[in-house]
Amino acid sequence: MTRFVERHPAWALIVIIAIAVALWLIFAVWPAGLEEAIGRKRVFLNALFNGITLGGLYFLVASGFTLIFGLMRNVNLAHGSLYLFGGYVGYAISASTGSWILSFIVAFILTALVGVLLQVLVFRRMEGQDLRQTMVTIGLSIVFADLMLWACGGDFYQIQTPTWLIGPIDLPLVTAMKSSGEPVYLRYPLVRLVIFLASVIIGIAMWLALNRTRIGMIIRAGVDDRDILAATGVRIQLVFVLVFALGAGLAGIAGVVGGTFQSLSPGEDIRFLLASLVVVIVGGMGSIPGAALGALIIGLAEQLGSVYIPTYAIVVTFLIMVLVLALRPQGLLARR
Amino acid sequence: MSVTHDARIQVRTAAATAQRTVVRGWPDVNNPAAWIVAAILLIMPLIANGFFLIEIFATTLILGTIALSLMFLTGYGGMVSLMQLTIAGFSAYMVAVFGVSGNANISLGWPWWLAVPMALTLATIFGTLGGALAVRTEGIYTIMITLAIGAAFYYFTNQNWAIFNGHTGINNVGTPHFWGVDWRWDIPFYYIVLAVAAICYFAVDYISRAPFGLALQGVRDNPRRMAALGFNVNAHRVAAYAVASFVAGLAGVLQVWNYRQISPGSVSVGACIDILIIAVVGGITRPIGPYIGALVFVLLRTFALDFLVKIGLDGNRFRLLIGLGFLAIVFWSSDGVIGLWQRWRQSQRPRSDHPGGGRGHG
Repeated sequence: MTRFVERHPAWALIVIIAIAVALWLIFAVWPAGLEEAIGRKRVFLNALFNGITLGGLYFLVASGFTLIFGLMRNVNLAHGSLYLFGGYVGYAISASTGSWILSFIVAFILTALVGVLLQVLVFRRMEGQDLRQTMVTIGLSIVFADLMLWACGGDFYQIQTPTWLIGPIDLPLVTAMKSSGEPVYLRYPLVRLVIFLASVIIGIAMWLALNRTRIGMIIRAGVDDRDILAATGVRIQLVFVLVFALGAGLAGIAGVVGGTFQSLSPGEDIRFLLASLVVVIVGGMGSIPGAALGALIIGLAEQLGSVYIPTYAIVVTFLIMVLVLALRPQGLLARR
Repeated sequence: MSVTHDARIQVRTAAATAQRTVVRGWPDVNNPAAWIVAAILLIMPLIANGFFLIEIFATTLILGTIALSLMFLTGYGGMVSLMQLTIAGFSAYMVAVFGVSGNANISLGWPWWLAVPMALTLATIFGTLGGALAVRTEGIYTIMITLAIGAAFYYFTNQNWAIFNGHTGINNVGTPHFWGVDWRWDIPFYYIVLAVAAICYFAVDYISRAPFGLALQGVRDNPRRMAALGFNVNAHRVAAYAVASFVAGLAGVLQVWNYRQISPGSVSVGACIDILIIAVVGGITRPIGPYIGALVFVLLRTFALDFLVKIGLDGNRFRLLIGLGFLAIVFWSSDGVIGLWQRWRQSQRPRSDHPGGGRGHG
């Protein structure tokens, strides 16, 4: 942090000012002039929170993607299919048993199993052939998409939110003052906050596991140089399978999350594949903190964009990607 | 970049590598099969009726030309671009916007001989800018960035009503009409498509043997060495994108004339990936590959439904069939149908003097 400030004082100043402005926008009661210029504060805060929680969902999808890429250098373009598969499994479980928590566990286990099969049957056979792996995953995503369309049809599914999470809560953020001088607080759906919190916890857990445990050490070593790692006697294939299972399982969990606060339908697989692509391109391929930053930026850009410039929201996301590519082609937080 | 190189390293025999240094003559002049195919294509209107002529053969040639632009980038430049269909779609949109269409509030109503060059120019600029962005990255990153560009364009056309008319698209696009011939009639249109496809095919084949193409293949095989020799690696790559964009733009013009309408559905992400499937199924090392792939794809797309119903399966599963076929080809052969055929020829004839072998490798 101090090194960043020392090396880029101008950028650091800009970042600090931006954070200060954002904090003021969030916590202060907006003066009337500002409300006239850019709309009500409640709309802004809602978009902000939607963006942050959407970022949490994107992080869940993209972190598995970036983890798999970081270690094994294979771009799993079937990642979106794993997301949708997890969502459908979660829907089936929660509809039949009524348990929301159980649907996460089962979705994680089943998608992780699919991931293990993919790694053992497909990727191990063509190690080091990037392009062929990519093509195969494209073929697999087509096959999976059609199989899921066959099994589940083209309907929209939404996973039932458990009763203890239904309903909005008041957040200690003032959106406006009533004429009587009484503050109006922001009301926000509890389930989205809980999901966001969960994705933050998963992110921190992943960071801890990668940086503080032995297996994390092996994975980080594998990211740097897997040949040398294999030469030191680590059973690298086992590590590959584990990482693939974890990445796929995260996509499955994300599917349940997405099925709860959005909906599941054919085509969502491609949408989330693209979202995770953009997220990891912006954040930096193979970097977990990069995925978190990218997911936050893209989620915010999508939601704030859809409120303030509705026609061109998608183009804002794209422009961010172009900007990052132009200034820092390896991604914001990538090391190389 | 070496990704495509890696994928093909097993099929490229030592003999083929040795042949690369040999200066080659015009392609397929000595190959009787090529003359037969050319003759059949020329007299096709006598054989096939309107449905086959347009829905199968003209569509094959159009899709094949779009896939040819991808083959040029991938096979010679080592860059897998998933935005070739997007460029074609952009060109198609531009023809509809500048030319005549049913949406009078959008179309400017220019005659076709003004609208088409304009569309081609803009499509080439669009593709070159996208390429300039994509060459900042390498290998699989290129796939992802071009896929993201394609997706962004798709969503943009869906949301923009001022130019692209949202998700309804632009309908009743005018087609050229001169010398007393309506060039959208089946037979004249087939010959236009055939002529454009042939020009693109021979142009790509020519470029692959021209100094530029050879330098591009050098860049593909070893960018660092080419840079050391004084070649501007990125300039060659961007120029390759420009050429490919022009080819894709031409195909886009034909596509909009073929369907007389253009909508975001035609530039969707799935359609972008279809182009990759076509090129890979056909084979990405030679210009003929994309056309073979396109023929297979169009036949499957058109008849898989009837075929599946006939053998007692659900006809809606034709995408499953395409996906499985694609998987099988990617699994067993890294050079598509051409690779399979070449391998079969080699197994027939143990000596490696098979005709056409290594000819298109460049």
